[in-house]
Amino acid sequence: MTNHYCDLKNADVILIMGSNAAEHHPIAFKWIMRAKEKGATVIHVDPRYTRTSARCDFHVPLRSGTDIAFLGGMINYIIEHNKYFKDYVLNYTNASFIVNKDYTFNDGLFSGYDAAKRKYDKATWTLDKDEATGIPKRDMSLSNPRCVFQMLKQHYSRYTMDKVSSITGVSKENLLKVYKAYSATGVPDKAGTECYALGWTHHTVGSQNIRAMSIIQLLLGNMGIAGGGINALRGEPNVQGSTDHCILYGNLPGYLKMISASCDTLEHYLKKYTPESKDPQSANYYQNYPKFFVSFLKSLWDNKATKDNDFGYDWLPKIDDGKHYSTMHMFDAMYAGKVKGFFCIGADPAVSTPNSNKVRKALQNLDWLIGENIFDNETYQFWRGPGVDPKKIKTECFLLPASATMEKEGSQSNSGRWVQWKYKAAEAPGDAIPVGEIEIKIMNAVKKLYAKEGGVCPEPILNLKWDYLNDKGHYDVIKVAHQINGVFLEDTVIEDKAKKTTTLYKKGQLVPGFGNLQLDGKTACGNWCISGSYTAEGMNRMASRGKEDPTGLGLFPNWAFAWPVNRRILYNRASCDLNGKPYNPNRKLLEWKGDKWEGDVPDGPWPPQANKEKGKYPFIMKTDGVGALFGPGMVEGPFPEHYEPLEGPLAKNPMSGQLINPAAEIFDKHSDVDKIARASEKFPYVCTTYSCTEHWCTGALTRWQAWLLEMQPELYVEIGDKLAAEKGIKNGDRVKVSSIRGEAPCVAMVTKRFKPFTVEGKTVHQVGMPFNYGWLFPKDSTSDSTNVLTPTVGDANTFCPEYKAFMVNVEKA
Amino acid sequence: MGNELVKLIDTTLCTACRGCQVACKQWNEMPGLRTKQTGTYQNPPDLQWNTWTLIRFQEYEDKDKNFTWIFRKDGCMHCTEASCVKVCPSGSLYYTDIKTVGVHHEKCIGCKECISACPFDIPRYNKETEKVTKCDLCYSRIKENLPPACVKSCPTGALTIGPKDEMIKKAYARVEKLGGDANVYGDKFVGGTHVIYVLQFKPEVYDELAKDPKVPQTIALWKSILKPLSLLGAGGVIGGSILHYFIHGPHKPHPEHYDEPKKQGGA
Repeated sequence: MTNHYCDLKNADVILIMGSNAAEHHPIAFKWIMRAKEKGATVIHVDPRYTRTSARCDFHVPLRSGTDIAFLGGMINYIIEHNKYFKDYVLNYTNASFIVNKDYTFNDGLFSGYDAAKRKYDKATWTLDKDEATGIPKRDMSLSNPRCVFQMLKQHYSRYTMDKVSSITGVSKENLLKVYKAYSATGVPDKAGTECYALGWTHHTVGSQNIRAMSIIQLLLGNMGIAGGGINALRGEPNVQGSTDHCILYGNLPGYLKMISASCDTLEHYLKKYTPESKDPQSANYYQNYPKFFVSFLKSLWDNKATKDNDFGYDWLPKIDDGKHYSTMHMFDAMYAGKVKGFFCIGADPAVSTPNSNKVRKALQNLDWLIGENIFDNETYQFWRGPGVDPKKIKTECFLLPASATMEKEGSQSNSGRWVQWKYKAAEAPGDAIPVGEIEIKIMNAVKKLYAKEGGVCPEPILNLKWDYLNDKGHYDVIKVAHQINGVFLEDTVIEDKAKKTTTLYKKGQLVPGFGNLQLDGKTACGNWCISGSYTAEGMNRMASRGKEDPTGLGLFPNWAFAWPVNRRILYNRASCDLNGKPYNPNRKLLEWKGDKWEGDVPDGPWPPQANKEKGKYPFIMKTDGVGALFGPGMVEGPFPEHYEPLEGPLAKNPMSGQLINPAAEIFDKHSDVDKIARASEKFPYVCTTYSCTEHWCTGALTRWQAWLLEMQPELYVEIGDKLAAEKGIKNGDRVKVSSIRGEAPCVAMVTKRFKPFTVEGKTVHQVGMPFNYGWLFPKDSTSDSTNVLTPTVGDANTFCPEYKAFMVNVEKA
Repeated sequence: MGNELVKLIDTTLCTACRGCQVACKQWNEMPGLRTKQTGTYQNPPDLQWNTWTLIRFQEYEDKDKNFTWIFRKDGCMHCTEASCVKVCPSGSLYYTDIKTVGVHHEKCIGCKECISACPFDIPRYNKETEKVTKCDLCYSRIKENLPPACVKSCPTGALTIGPKDEMIKKAYARVEKLGGDANVYGDKFVGGTHVIYVLQFKPEVYDELAKDPKVPQTIALWKSILKPLSLLGAGGVIGGSILHYFIHGPHKPHPEHYDEPKKQGGA
């Protein structure tokens, strides 16, 4: 979240799109209800009427996978009807910047496309700079036909009401209703926020769904303000924390970039990822990247990492350039027999990963499988799963008992980036220990073996500083937390030029914030984002529980620690005008008082932008200092464009000649398992999948809980009453849902909550299924995973699988 | 908490997360039983000996085809004039000091007369223990100044509890704000209930909600003449059955929703 949960109450309009907030964030939903009680308009755009829709002012059904068309139509509406916040757009976005003359967009393709590689060369997706100064050129009149604003206008002028309605299946009346209500926030004293979750990320165009909304929020001046922002509602078990600590293969902790083979030296790596700006008003905060990175290396190898050995840079593993390592790639490689061992920690991919029949076959190619979990699951038991003969499986399987979240102390981060300390509530049963302790003990054993027997590339293993066990040999979570925060490795004098002070920090003292991290190896820091979670004096800010609310906006600055630097709302300087006066005096997030900012922790101490000498632009993490309406960040283009899902009901994209995302990777090496059925009579219905309130993800934790199982006992398919009548299916009938990849027997839930769509003049039915079931438990289960149906394909940037839109058939069983 | 408490169920704030349904079982140590998916989120399908509160899910389309998914938390209304207390021959059902209807389980003789008498169809019989169960508004918690488990678990403020006057005032203020067909349900009948609803629609719209709940006239007769008599019979069952017949006709038992009354998993 750019903002945080409590802040949802400050919104005037809440667009819930790509999320079923009431069902999946039932506690957080109270903040949405509070906004509504105060008069906010709450809108739910979703294929299915859910428990969220029931509490919103209105629900607008939309065909799965057409969000960009819907949002593109909104961008068009905002520009055509002059609903954008002109002052904000002009000063705080790159609307006035001039686009490279060679950038083009034709029939669904941006310039630089290589069809054979399904990849773009982004060379033309750039903005012109003044040759003499190196500062981006701007046209503050926004009339230059090559300026970002005009290019944006041109791009989205194609998203007419007729076109959008025909693609999405949303009536023009409903489109207008949402566009009008939401764009009304494009004024200084109104705030609109967007809540999304997996309904946006689970698409081949997932990242661009969010990009499209970011553009809307920038146009309406909704970024950086109380009650605004783009708010990813993230899951219960620390999704935010695990992402911050690099659960994704392309990241190192704190969103530092994973190293690829072409970055052969530390110097080359840092050159590639440290952005440069010639504009004196751009803070370009990522110019500090090398300090964060070197401090990270020091956290791994401590005094073994020296300037002479590039701080151990060579010891980090490197990924191949252009190759991807997502779970889908991993199982693809495992299916091909290239992966021999698998640590599966707190996961059940035999249920959760798309095309799970393929995953289950892939597991059979393993020599060994190690599970670490609180319960057994379908992955660890794959060798006796449906249709598998245990005698033919050679894989050796281990299951290590792990303690559950409430059985251990540590930090947990919520969607609002609040890193909150929690304490142990109960002892873990039996031999169960924290996963962290399991990892360290395994690593210590590996170290011993290396020391005794030697081995290839011993340095990263033998030099690894993992001294996180206490004197009783157990995981010491405080030691880990200190390392994440950062530590001075030598006596260090820090000079604060603004305050004209110098401070001496002693060796071993905690770093008070990432601003103090050093390039020369004097500091170690496991995750620069979380730096400052302790004070230099050793106070654990994550454990603070102050309920003070000085701004009255619910920032609660003394409750836990919000990264970065306890800032509660990101880009908050954009809530003020050029002189630092709040745009909305009624929701004063920040104000420049002549010599300092007052309110939330500002995005940097510098004066506001009007001060040409010392002032900085508000988007300090962006190289140019402004919000990017146009930018090279995504692999499929600088503007989001509508493409159909990998499997959809249409044979032609109504927007262009490109049916599906041109940059999405297609897994077609194993044609026997990765089949696709598009616009097929055999599989005529759009299907979407989701979780239900009563179960958690694969249900691997919740299906063992009788109270929860009682409420949602087995797999079902939600099917509209019209389609059910057509198929002769009655409520409660047993049915078979099938895709070209598999079959899922289940119970039909006939409902008025799914309505057919009219798409390109034809009726398109959509059905939906939860993915919370598997064969292992309950013991009399007739359910298996819904993911036997889903295709192996994902977002072109993140490889988040397309669980939300694919094609099926439904028949009476 | 003070005397005479009222629990307010504001159905317009409920998200049907069913935290209350689970919290109730947790506090009252009721097991989860094996159920089937029958084509609805509502599960168990009805109140049950182990299910003292249940979220009812109802797909409702008004005459103009406006669709709403209605959620209603069902459970004991804790009547001031409680038919169940009036007919209970063993003293199992009783009025507490906060005017709710409490249960002394050890005293229940399983005569099921309360089941027939309840105008809201709340009490349920457990054939294994041969006793009747229902919500006691977490009397054990209220005594310790804690809110009932359901109220404690509610994330949106749909469930609140407080002094009677205050809660009734709150309910009417809410109804005024909501406008339309919104109404307060509970304060005007059976002497006033200690659980009241804010309903978005007229009561007749809701599944399984009594439109005109009242204490059956014949219960007065029962109380004065037949109740002492019933205790003479075996556990009151004979007397109860005779009376039952001439008040209600043949007893219709609640269907059994479980294949096997065995619990699975942790709880």
